[in-house]
Amino acid sequence: MRSHVSDLALTLRGQGHDVNVLAPVEQDTELPEWVTDGGRPVAVPYNGSVARLSFGVKATRRVRAWIRQGNFDIVHIHEPLAPSLSVLTCWAARGPLVATWHSAQDRSRVLTAGYYVAQTAMEKLRGSIAVSEEARRTLVGHVGGDAVLIPNGVRVQDFAPDIHDRDRRRELLFLGRIEEPRKGLGVLIDALPSILDQVPDLKVIVAGPGDIDDVRKDISERVDRALTFVGTVSDERKQELLREVQVYVAPHTGGESFGIVLVEAMAAGACVVASDIPAFRQVLEDGKAGRLFSCKDPQSLADAVLSVLADDAARRALVARGHSRADQYDWDTVVDDVLEVYESVGVPGEKVTEDLRGQAFGRFAHRAGFGLGRKQGSSE
Amino acid sequence: MSWWWLILIVVVLGLFGLYLSMTAGRLDALHKRIDTAELTLDAHLLRRSSVALELATSGLLDPAGAIVVAEAAHAARTAADGDDHNPERIQRRTQAESALSQALEATFDEEEIDEVRQAAGGDELIEELAACARRVQLSRRFLNDAVRACTQLRNQRMVRTFRLAGHTPWPQAVELDDSIPVALVNE
Repeated sequence: MRSHVSDLALTLRGQGHDVNVLAPVEQDTELPEWVTDGGRPVAVPYNGSVARLSFGVKATRRVRAWIRQGNFDIVHIHEPLAPSLSVLTCWAARGPLVATWHSAQDRSRVLTAGYYVAQTAMEKLRGSIAVSEEARRTLVGHVGGDAVLIPNGVRVQDFAPDIHDRDRRRELLFLGRIEEPRKGLGVLIDALPSILDQVPDLKVIVAGPGDIDDVRKDISERVDRALTFVGTVSDERKQELLREVQVYVAPHTGGESFGIVLVEAMAAGACVVASDIPAFRQVLEDGKAGRLFSCKDPQSLADAVLSVLADDAARRALVARGHSRADQYDWDTVVDDVLEVYESVGVPGEKVTEDLRGQAFGRFAHRAGFGLGRKQGSSE
Repeated sequence: MSWWWLILIVVVLGLFGLYLSMTAGRLDALHKRIDTAELTLDAHLLRRSSVALELATSGLLDPAGAIVVAEAAHAARTAADGDDHNPERIQRRTQAESALSQALEATFDEEEIDEVRQAAGGDELIEELAACARRVQLSRRFLNDAVRACTQLRNQRMVRTFRLAGHTPWPQAVELDDSIPVALVNE
């Protein structure tokens, strides 16, 4: 979500719009002039992992001052029900508010936490955007309300120039947190013996944070030799890796609302092999822009990887199709749809103003222990 | 003992009053949101019909198509005038706007669009028509979402019993055919 917000802001600024982003900021971080410090985030367990949220009286005050001083035409709130700066903005602002829903959840935790709170915040949103069909379904099914589907954008030029398949190393790349089961490294490791039977010298690069020793203690020597752990990588290094390898593997087992990393891989010219979860299926055009395999099935993964490694022509066809698919997700294309939403939620000249009703309510909710997330204002 | 009860009752009544006033505030904000959404939809519908009229009178369309679009656009413009809350007028307008969508769909097939785009100034007009049509769709969707949220709240027993909505008319969703010509979507 962080990169979503900054990419959207950069693209809008590139088109000459005046954008200001309010976000939680770590201490001593250099800020571009278009980012407003929303307060220091605090690590809090939320939604199954540790989230860095910023909340408190100070954050509330900053949100209100930001709205007052910004005099925005539109305020765009990301993940409006996240217990974070986002929900505070819903309370503190009135006028043309747009929201983007990012996550797909089986059940909306925020709603169980406070139906009334969620309802009052949501009522103020003039227009909603969902980044994926799953995120939209979460909103429509569990929260109630309608949303326009606008997928995430990717800054395709960041991944260019892509290098032709024939000049790439015959390697597999895995990206993601090592010990997180949802990222599916386990499925890939289980599939490796079958893959190595056919392609004994294949190398697999694993990029992502996590305890390497924990993974290595249970695997055979042959598999261990094939694996190269490179640890946490920067965005630039990630782009390089995607440009260097022939195949990117995404064995995710679920929980992904949108396969942005798949689009990045396609933009960089890697062949994508991914599990057939709905989000990936959609991004890969049901297997036309990348090879799909049955989710959580190591044998199916092995077959898929072997089939693309064995057939150069088929792999290059997937890469070519993936490349044009990635262009459809370029921010410069996507941002037009976002601007159309902005133009459909307000009357010209209307401004976002502070909602004083929310003041007492916001304090009450703060006492009740609700926190806050991230939002963006864009004044055009 | 008895005045403890009194304090308790006063506190409960106070909280209840606060709840009612907050709910009334929510309703008020929702009605305002609906009003704004109606204005926005109205503006985009007007823009759509004027761009359609402009296209029809530009000489870029074939004569038959030009007449069909011009008539439908003119009818839509005429139906826009009058009392905002008269149900008959609203019905007339939604019919006229739906008819305009159908006229656009019938006229703008792929060949027609290619032809217009090649003429001077045609490209911008087609782009503008497509953009207007998309904004009509979006703003109608957002309006109906606001109506849904408002209806849901107004249906709550507390809101009905205490007549928190006052005399504000019951919100109406806008049902009309706002489809975009297929050939414009597929580009």
